[in-house]
Amino acid sequence: MTDMFRMDKPQPRLFDETVQGVIGKPLDRPEGLLKVTGRAPYAAEVPEANMVHGVLVRSTITRGRLTGIDKSALEGLSGILGVIRSPEFVRNSAQGMANEAPIQPEDHVAYFGQPMALVVAETFEAARDGAHRLRLSYETEHAEIDPTTTSEIDTKPDSFGDLDSAMAQADVTIDQKYSTPGQVSAAMEPHASIAWWEGDNVTLRGSYQMLRFNRNELADSLGIDPENVRILSPYVGGGFGSKLGIGSEAVAAAIAARELGRPVRVVMSRQHVFDMVLRRSETHQRLRLAAKADGTLLGIGHEDRVSNLPGEEFSEPTAMATHFMYGGENRLYNHEIARIHRTPSGSVRAPGEAVGMLALESAMDELAEVAGIDPVELRLRNLPEKHPEKGVPFSSRRFEDCLREGAKEFGWENRTPTASRREGDWFIGCGMSGAGRANMLVPSEARVTLEGDRAIVETDMTDIGTGSYAILTQIAAELLGLPMDRVETRLGDTRFPGASGSGGSVGAGSSGSSVFLAAKKIRARLAEAMGCAEEDLTLQDGIARSGNIQKPLSELAATAMTEEGGIKPGAMGKEFFQAGFGAHFVEIGVNAITGEARVRRMLGVFSAGRILNEKTATSQCIGGMVWGLGAALTEELQHDPRTGGIVSRDLANYHVASHADVPMIDVRLLPERDDQANPMQAKGIGELGISGAGAAVTNAIYNACGVRIRDFPATPDKIIAGLEALGR
Amino acid sequence: MRPFDYHRATDLDDASGHLNASTQIIAGGTNLLDLMKLQVMTPQQLVDINRIDGLDRIEPEGEGLRIGALVPNSDLAGDERIRRNYPVLSRALLAGASGQLRNKATTGGNLLQRTRCPYFYETAMPCNKRDPGTGCAARGGATRMNAVLGVSEHCIAAHPSDMAVGMRVLGAEVEIRRADGSHTRKTLDELYSLPGERPDIETTLSPDDIITAVILPAPVAPSVQSYRKVRDRASYAFALVSVAAVVQVEGGKITRADLAFGGIASRPWRDPAVEAMLVGETPSIDLFRAAGKRLVAAAETQPGNAFKLPMVRRTLAGVLAEATGLSEPTTGTDNVGEIA
Amino acid sequence: MAERNPPQSVTLNVNGTSETLEVDTRVTLLDALRDHLNLTGTKKGCDHGQCGACTVMVNGRRINSCLTLAVMHEGDEITTIEGIGTPEAPSDMQRAFVTCDGFQCGYCTPGQVMSGTAVLEEFRQGWPSHVSKDLTGNADFNDEELAERMSGNLCRCSAYPGIRQAITSVATKTKEAAE
Ligand SMILES: Cc1cc2nc3c(=O)[nH]c(=O)nc-3n(C[C@H](O)[C@H](O)[C@H](O)COP(=O)(O)OP(=O)(O)OC[C@H]3O[C@@H](n4cnc5c(N)ncnc54)[C@H](O)[C@@H]3O)c2cc1C
Ligand code: FES
Ligand code: FES
Repeated sequence: MTDMFRMDKPQPRLFDETVQGVIGKPLDRPEGLLKVTGRAPYAAEVPEANMVHGVLVRSTITRGRLTGIDKSALEGLSGILGVIRSPEFVRNSAQGMANEAPIQPEDHVAYFGQPMALVVAETFEAARDGAHRLRLSYETEHAEIDPTTTSEIDTKPDSFGDLDSAMAQADVTIDQKYSTPGQVSAAMEPHASIAWWEGDNVTLRGSYQMLRFNRNELADSLGIDPENVRILSPYVGGGFGSKLGIGSEAVAAAIAARELGRPVRVVMSRQHVFDMVLRRSETHQRLRLAAKADGTLLGIGHEDRVSNLPGEEFSEPTAMATHFMYGGENRLYNHEIARIHRTPSGSVRAPGEAVGMLALESAMDELAEVAGIDPVELRLRNLPEKHPEKGVPFSSRRFEDCLREGAKEFGWENRTPTASRREGDWFIGCGMSGAGRANMLVPSEARVTLEGDRAIVETDMTDIGTGSYAILTQIAAELLGLPMDRVETRLGDTRFPGASGSGGSVGAGSSGSSVFLAAKKIRARLAEAMGCAEEDLTLQDGIARSGNIQKPLSELAATAMTEEGGIKPGAMGKEFFQAGFGAHFVEIGVNAITGEARVRRMLGVFSAGRILNEKTATSQCIGGMVWGLGAALTEELQHDPRTGGIVSRDLANYHVASHADVPMIDVRLLPERDDQANPMQAKGIGELGISGAGAAVTNAIYNACGVRIRDFPATPDKIIAGLEALGR
Repeated sequence: MRPFDYHRATDLDDASGHLNASTQIIAGGTNLLDLMKLQVMTPQQLVDINRIDGLDRIEPEGEGLRIGALVPNSDLAGDERIRRNYPVLSRALLAGASGQLRNKATTGGNLLQRTRCPYFYETAMPCNKRDPGTGCAARGGATRMNAVLGVSEHCIAAHPSDMAVGMRVLGAEVEIRRADGSHTRKTLDELYSLPGERPDIETTLSPDDIITAVILPAPVAPSVQSYRKVRDRASYAFALVSVAAVVQVEGGKITRADLAFGGIASRPWRDPAVEAMLVGETPSIDLFRAAGKRLVAAAETQPGNAFKLPMVRRTLAGVLAEATGLSEPTTGTDNVGEIA
Repeated sequence: MAERNPPQSVTLNVNGTSETLEVDTRVTLLDALRDHLNLTGTKKGCDHGQCGACTVMVNGRRINSCLTLAVMHEGDEITTIEGIGTPEAPSDMQRAFVTCDGFQCGYCTPGQVMSGTAVLEEFRQGWPSHVSKDLTGNADFNDEELAERMSGNLCRCSAYPGIRQAITSVATKTKEAAE
């Protein structure tokens, strides 16, 4: 077992001393050429000999009990091997870090679209046909499906001070309702698993984000020891939360493979990904802001209602960022979880911020308007000294610089008054918002081997597009003084030391630190071999130097040196509040006739500690900003009002942003070191980009044409309704 | 997909010999295979017409053009004659689907593509178009993509094609080859049926009819032509509303106002009364608003698609303003000069 | 009747190699490439023409390989991502995608590269697009035009700006080389 370094003290800035010069640089991804040439193998793409194909069958009732399976329609179809159904089947994907099996409902149906059975055949075509033809019969029960009217609601109130009296005393107030629809991750690679058994051992080639947890989840689902489970996910075609926990396709593939004695591949159809994978809850939010005439906040109220299936632990933490973004002594929260029978909800990129910040940052814009204060200035006036609820200091926080530098770079001072700028049919306007996302550390381990002048990094960390291959390679290369191409990073195999996994933006900081610590141990051994103190050791391009002694690593590490590194959270996470911050600026055009909104410019300025790779970090920010744009303008799950089933269950009806929706986007990353975060001074960045981005878009719509959209997304019909109400 | 036989037709005779109620022609396949994968359509045989000679050409026909049924949507949109003389058709095509799909989608297949009503696609719910007599789940359901005009008690599906709206405004005719080898022509009005009692019957074609071409009449020249599509994302999305217009103005009066609409009706929509109230009039925003009102006077809306009324009224007014010179033309509005 | 349709033989010319397959008539070109020829560079994101991950070139034109049947392509010339370049010898477009970070997870990427490659040819041939100001001339190469033409390729990682930078850099290079 690796000794786990606990993050109890601020850490020295070793990366500011090392000289290899790869850390932070905008380097290309080491796996890039494999991806652009189609050679990187994703989950479904490494067939096993003798493999067969499974297609899931969903429930077509909302709630009740399965009473029978009629296979008669499959008779005579060639290639069908069987209809697999087991009490071990899971109701839905596990929630992130559940570390145990999701609910195994046996015959119970809890939502329209729940996985019920698996049809296995020699070919995909036969299995798909069989799955369509299989007839299931049910006993149905009444189901509540509407979060606004359902009878079962869990409530979690929380407050500081007295918001009601703050509202009463305030010079200016805002009290508004906002709503956001359900959303989905819609990773481009559909969920896929290939499972095969060798004796009591099952191997799963899957598409997962958090292998250390997924292994336990799969083992628990199958009722076997985790030692008997191996999961491989070297390449993951996007996750965004949807692949955090083991899914129904993996469990079904493993069960079918056991029953049939052959490797089984199950790939979800795109429609099934919508039906069966956790969605982001819709939200209904009420924001109250109480402020003095100068805009200083006296209080904030953020109440929300989200939904999930009965029995699911997770609930969208809508107000997450509201707790720390802005000051104000009187604060009130009321988090309601409506228990309804729809596809259950779970983590989708930036749970909480992604939707909560739409409301908070819209409300701030409304407050700026009412108080007659510039929106940037309003935020500057409300930066709290300390965490407004926990009372602890922030670690590093360049929120103010993000706001100021962003405003300058964007040309914010040229913003025109509401509905005053017009180019032909287009109203033009600008909007902005703040961004914030808490930083966390999750236990993580890695192994680094130095042999001669080559190093190998091994950890069960995943790269879901986030850049893990790049940054872990850079970290090892920087600390060991090796060029990038001398370091090979191997990921996505549960045989490697267990990492944090990719989720909650914790991957770079957590798994990066474990690689850092392992490599640092090797540095210590090299120093010993050089007969010098660690501080006096310089490693560069495969050469170790100390004073005027100089030796090649090929000599020092002629026999391989292997070290493991591990990190876990400690006092720094409690004594300081750590978060990344940022500011978004958007220029938009709104068509005065058709109500279509098109983003013309978008700038994000962020501070998130040390940037490990400027290129991949920028891509992460752009990705998040585009998600914000999509949440603001196009993305919306539609549910059937009678069954609760998802109606917009494909990529033609669920609109993720396309090329044409997205302009060239500018990202600026401010230099920062967060000594309290981890030994690399880096903070998470994967979700920061979404936080607030959509509100900057709808705030820009307001500035452009005077229509305030509080019911997201701002589709043309809603903008037209707003324009007509204004007589425009 | 259910198992099916595949037949690669060598000529039209061979093709029609294989056509009956349980077979389907496959052209681009971009709509048929989509629906077959979901078992919304379950033909027992596919008759591939792609290798039949002579269906992929655009040729002069009288003063107009004859567009072969297999001409891909991209070729049609990119054809110099179409761009110059029938820009509304180019624009309509280019507003549809994606570059890849337009390369594969054919003229005949595009006309006969089926509705995108989500309940037509959802085999677990009733649909009179898919399974006659089962009911219409769209009523009372999510209806953003559904129609408000030309609907019936039994079906509120919208026709999704952009191209067909462009063709409808141009007064195109479809050339059909009958099983007996004879040819006949139909206007799009004659081609598409209203849903009525039998929404599953979408056209007046019989199963062994083959569309061989679309005939465009002589260009309307000079004219201003415009295609405007409103959708939920900037590209690669079906129309919420679309408006196609071919307009002539002489001496300050509108002398021609051919209009067709997509996204709002069970078939590419034309309303002669709306056109008639514009012709002979002096262009004005009030007139255009009145035309929009008239267009949707008989509309039947659902809670989820009532927004299409103001949307189509505004879009129509905007298009007419550009086409009559009341406002600056934007991308999507083109001038057709005198034919040399 | 056709409940056990016999396999049909089809010969495809894939990346310059003639391949004869015995396939179920239901096999799409995409599944033929991925499952029968083990050319898994072409991706399946939706199987319904809604994402562009499966983009390949057939007889020089880009199409969605998920919405066409293998048996329909007798004798056709098919180019997949594997035929565009290799990790050892990538095409200019592939190299530009790496340099511009025109991807993250990489799953939509082969489709983007195929479309990007095809789009440059479409520009060269003067094809118009939905956003072309004037239909009668050849469209300018600019970001708005490029974005519209690339819109049939979704990228959930949202690497759109990097993708278009990559394509633009190749277009600029090709243009300079021509001048
Ligand atoms: C994701 C997506 C987005 C799309 N977006 C749009 C859009 O925005 N706007 C739009 O207009 N369209 C859109 N489309 C639809 C597309 O335009 C159609 O799928 C296409 O035009 C159909 O042509 P095809 O040749 O592929 O038809 P096929 O699929 O081959 O055939 C369709 C039907 O027509 C019949 N048929 C074909 N040819 C003939 C013939 N010659 N004679 C008799 N019958 C024939 C077939 O039997 C079949 O029933 C979209 C499609 C997809 C998948
Ligand atoms: S897989 Fe073909 S378009 Fe998505
Ligand atoms: S790179 Fe992940 S979807 Fe495009």
